[in-house]
Amino acid sequence: MMERLDRRQGLLAALPITALLAVSFLAPLLLVALFSIMPQKVFSVLNMPDFSSFGVIVSQGYYRSLFWSLSMAFAATVILLVVCWPLAYGMAKVFGRFSLVLTIAVVMTLFVSENIRLFGWVLTLMKGGLIEGYMRSYLGAGPDGMLYNVPIIVFGLVYVYFPFMLFPLAQGISMVPDDARQAATDLGATRWQVFREIDLPLAAPGILVGSLLSFVLAAGAMAESKLLGGQVVIVLADDVETAFTFGQNWPLGSALAMVLIILVGTVAVVGLSRVDLDTIMGRKR
Amino acid sequence: MAAPIILRLKGVKKKFGDFTALHGIDLEIEEGEFFTIVGPSGSGKSTIIRLLVGMDDLTEGEISLRGNRIDQVPANLRPTCMVFQSLALFPHRSVGENIEFPLKIRGVAPAQRKERAIELLDLLRLPREFYGKRIQQCSGGEKQRVALARALAFDPEILFFDEPLSALDYRLRKTLEKELKDLHERTGKTFVYITHSLEEAMVMSDRIAIMRAGRFEQIATADEIYARPVSRFVAEFMGEVNLFDVHGTPNGGLVGKGIELHVNGVARDYGLDLGPEARFTMMVRPESLRFLPAGETADIILQGVLTAQYALGSRIQYNVETASGVQITVEKLREDAFGGGIGDAVVLGFDIDSTHLIGGE
Repeated sequence: MMERLDRRQGLLAALPITALLAVSFLAPLLLVALFSIMPQKVFSVLNMPDFSSFGVIVSQGYYRSLFWSLSMAFAATVILLVVCWPLAYGMAKVFGRFSLVLTIAVVMTLFVSENIRLFGWVLTLMKGGLIEGYMRSYLGAGPDGMLYNVPIIVFGLVYVYFPFMLFPLAQGISMVPDDARQAATDLGATRWQVFREIDLPLAAPGILVGSLLSFVLAAGAMAESKLLGGQVVIVLADDVETAFTFGQNWPLGSALAMVLIILVGTVAVVGLSRVDLDTIMGRKR
Repeated sequence: MAAPIILRLKGVKKKFGDFTALHGIDLEIEEGEFFTIVGPSGSGKSTIIRLLVGMDDLTEGEISLRGNRIDQVPANLRPTCMVFQSLALFPHRSVGENIEFPLKIRGVAPAQRKERAIELLDLLRLPREFYGKRIQQCSGGEKQRVALARALAFDPEILFFDEPLSALDYRLRKTLEKELKDLHERTGKTFVYITHSLEEAMVMSDRIAIMRAGRFEQIATADEIYARPVSRFVAEFMGEVNLFDVHGTPNGGLVGKGIELHVNGVARDYGLDLGPEARFTMMVRPESLRFLPAGETADIILQGVLTAQYALGSRIQYNVETASGVQITVEKLREDAFGGGIGDAVVLGFDIDSTHLIGGE
């Protein structure tokens, strides 16, 4: 009886914030979804729906930018996994109090705008920039500018989304019990076997969450390709922006956005359904 | 007919910074023995086992297995294996996969692995359906058996145990102690067991080593330790015991210090020099004392007042205080219970033959 009353009051108390979230998150999404099925170049959702925008996406080769967005996001995620694992392992198991310093250092970078940080790299890497300048001055020769190619865009993605991989991964690794690792070693497992049989499966929730965050964010990113890549390739987010602004074609922009949302959303839902979020949040077993 | 030595520790020393956890320990364990190391927390018993399985490096000394040095061999290459205090079962693997783990590591084919796992389930009297069960679905005692099966699947030369029963409730612990002893007999393997409970050690072990502050205080059979502890520490470690400070008399007898305890004309050979200056601790177990009815006598007689009594299941424990303030503990089986009440004047007696003298201290 009491319990039921509690539950009702909880629901009642949660109503205002639920309404706010619905209006602020769901409404724009719904609007984009509606616009995506409007005829070309209209500015109202009160038109007869057609799916012409999706036709345009196929016929005008927008799948190329989709390919670049997804494949660069994938590459960045894989590189992040490899780069972050040792550091995350150190933070979870080895560094002790030093890992707090590391956490603060990494989080601090988030206080500076992404664009400004990327411009820092532009100044470092560009023709006549920091690296080339020093090399020419001391060695007499240097690279002819390192910007404006696909690998440097992936580098930018790795750099920007580093914390989003590092922290979930460290959390995941900290959930691997030390005694399970010791027992595996005692039972004859080599380091590699301990990694494969114990670390990887037990840290899987962290690996999955980190990978999802990095991939989802990187797939929707555009600053890296604009600033570091100089639009050597066009990513999907670029197309969305162009359609809404220069192209004055809201339905096309909405349709492009919907394609990305559906693809990335599917990856996220499939991924998250395979991991128990409770274990990540520490409400363990 | 001593069995060959399987494990030998020579001058094993371990330091953590300035703290010396082990002061150069020597130990020989025989093939097929159930050897238990007992000590309070901080005595260094866990350090020994960590050195033995290779989870820590020793500072000085040698460990050899059948004559081969193993102290520099990495943990995963040592032919020994341990049952952890936490059991350290792999939570993401089924019971069967846990047991098969050491075989999988060695590259044994899946069919053979499963066959062996089923054999081990049988050996540990776990139902075969457990093969596919999740670890989280097992009870404490079942997990214990799975951990044992996994260790046996490794087929170790020596099986180490780091207090695996300490987290279980009393009844289950008692059952598993007996099962472990039984398993030892059936497998014929050498078991080296660590515990803080001498009682647990006595149930299972062939020999027991008692540790204190990084050294062995006594290494002997359970009977020997019970009847002839070498120090007050060992005597008290076992539970309730009466210890009297005594010293020798010029005529070769013993006199209790400050209490009305006279052992003149001692008829027993303690194997110690009872010179007039020598000081000893005389040990009398609580069950060796008896309440003397009027007219009966004993080698040594004490008078006092009953101050407390406690029911200990099958036995009853009495506290008696003598006129000079010495506290004495007596234990009797229920059927021999003392009829009187608290505050009664009592006469206690015990015989020379039931005493044990500890030299030194």
